[in-house]
Amino acid sequence: MSALLDVSGVTLRYKTSSVVVTATERVSFSVDRSDRFVLLGPSGCGKSTLLKAVGGYMKPGEGKMRINGREITEPGADRMMIFQEFDQLLPWKTVLENVMFPLLMTRRLPRREAEQRARAYLEKVSLARVVDSYPHTLSGGMKQRVAIARGMAMEPDILLMDEPFAALDALTRRTCQDELLQLWEETKFTVLFVTHSIAEAIKIGNRILLLSPHPGRVKAEIADVEQVSSEDGSAGRLEKQIHDLLFADTATAH
Amino acid sequence: MGEARILLRGDAAVMAGDPAEVERRLSMLELLWNDGFVRKAAIILFLAVVWEAYGSFLDNPLLFPTFHDTIVTMFDKVKDGTIPLRAWASLKVLFMGYGAGILLAAIFTILAISTRIGTDFLETMTAMFNPLPAIALLPLALIWFGLGNGSLVFVLIHSVLWPVALNTHSGFKSVSNTLRMVGRNYGLRGLPYVARILIPAAFGSILTGLKIGWAFAWRTLIAAELVFGVSSGQGGLGWFIFENRNLLDIPAVFAGLLTVIVIGLIVENLIFRTIERNTVQKWGTQS
Repeated sequence: MSALLDVSGVTLRYKTSSVVVTATERVSFSVDRSDRFVLLGPSGCGKSTLLKAVGGYMKPGEGKMRINGREITEPGADRMMIFQEFDQLLPWKTVLENVMFPLLMTRRLPRREAEQRARAYLEKVSLARVVDSYPHTLSGGMKQRVAIARGMAMEPDILLMDEPFAALDALTRRTCQDELLQLWEETKFTVLFVTHSIAEAIKIGNRILLLSPHPGRVKAEIADVEQVSSEDGSAGRLEKQIHDLLFADTATAH
Repeated sequence: MGEARILLRGDAAVMAGDPAEVERRLSMLELLWNDGFVRKAAIILFLAVVWEAYGSFLDNPLLFPTFHDTIVTMFDKVKDGTIPLRAWASLKVLFMGYGAGILLAAIFTILAISTRIGTDFLETMTAMFNPLPAIALLPLALIWFGLGNGSLVFVLIHSVLWPVALNTHSGFKSVSNTLRMVGRNYGLRGLPYVARILIPAAFGSILTGLKIGWAFAWRTLIAAELVFGVSSGQGGLGWFIFENRNLLDIPAVFAGLLTVIVIGLIVENLIFRTIERNTVQKWGTQS
């Protein structure tokens, strides 16, 4: 079986006003269907840039990215992005209209069916009672759940999540993580998840790609993450191992 | 290693019989005073009283008629149809100029966001022409378009175009990167992208531009009418003011000025406020 998303030898560079920054260098990985694939690394390892490139917002300097065998050239609704920022919801639309918006814009569904599907997914993230509210009346956690519902309602090939819970308070973050896993149990969607939190990576992912910073290179890939559990302390041990891996060179370099 | 102790405290249950004051209805007076319309009406009423007092104190209707005289004259002129006719003549020209100005502003800003040279063009043009008072172009306009609505519409376009284009463009530029990426994620580009993402996201700034454009247009129009007044036998409010000054009918001059103010107030407080309440305030993008 060929992978759903195949990233091979991708180097990403972006220009600032005076220099060209290499964000990632020859990064390769592949995501299979129903993977919860986590890109983990300290800031500056190019994980968000990598996600944006998969989203089609920037072109790799070298290397190839394919989704379902097609090369990624531009943004598209087969890869739904979920951002960290709360302002990703359209403030001029209600919660329901926000979830319906991509379905209608991409002409995926006629209005009536789009509304049914939007309501169904809002039900899944338990936001059925705020469907007619405007986003500014919601809490941060609710906004992120609407964004997740909006992404999932499109039933894309892959969900791209860019630290979606990083701006939430600790309690809400845990609830949202649990909910995401619950949703995954129900629909087994494929998700590419970016985070800088080791604990979150272990909790969310079944595979983790560790990236080192400046420029971002692949350091390790961790498989079968779902085997560890917090009860017998194996999750804690993995967290320690990952931590040591990530900070091994910084300790010697400084 | 010990265990932490949890002490259950039933304070909430004990006090259930004696509910705390969670909500209190505001008194009638507080409710009224919370209404912006009431507060503004009170200010206007106060100004009218000051006007009336000063007018009676001066007792010289040729210099400064009282509020009462002005209202009576205004009422007469409204009843005999002069003021409505003149106001309508002004508003007709205004709508033409305002509409054309907005259309041009839309074209300019869409060019400005789609190409870099378009941005440079808009920025240079607004920097050059925005500070130029529209009325200063009137003598030229009179030579080019003659005595008539053509000249008025020309100066109105000039007074509307630049503030609307400037505000719309800065509104577009300040649309957050996240929202732009969201729009592109759904494959939106070109005009649908502008219409579905940029315009609603920048609506606050656009509305500000429209308000400034409206105020500029209205004052430019009245001033232009004062300068050359009548066109095709039917002058507007500016001409009405000028005419009555020549007849030394000062209460009528005041009535004309008051009409200009009242129309301005109505547009600002009814039309623009209603739009604001149903858009940017409902969306929480502006308080």
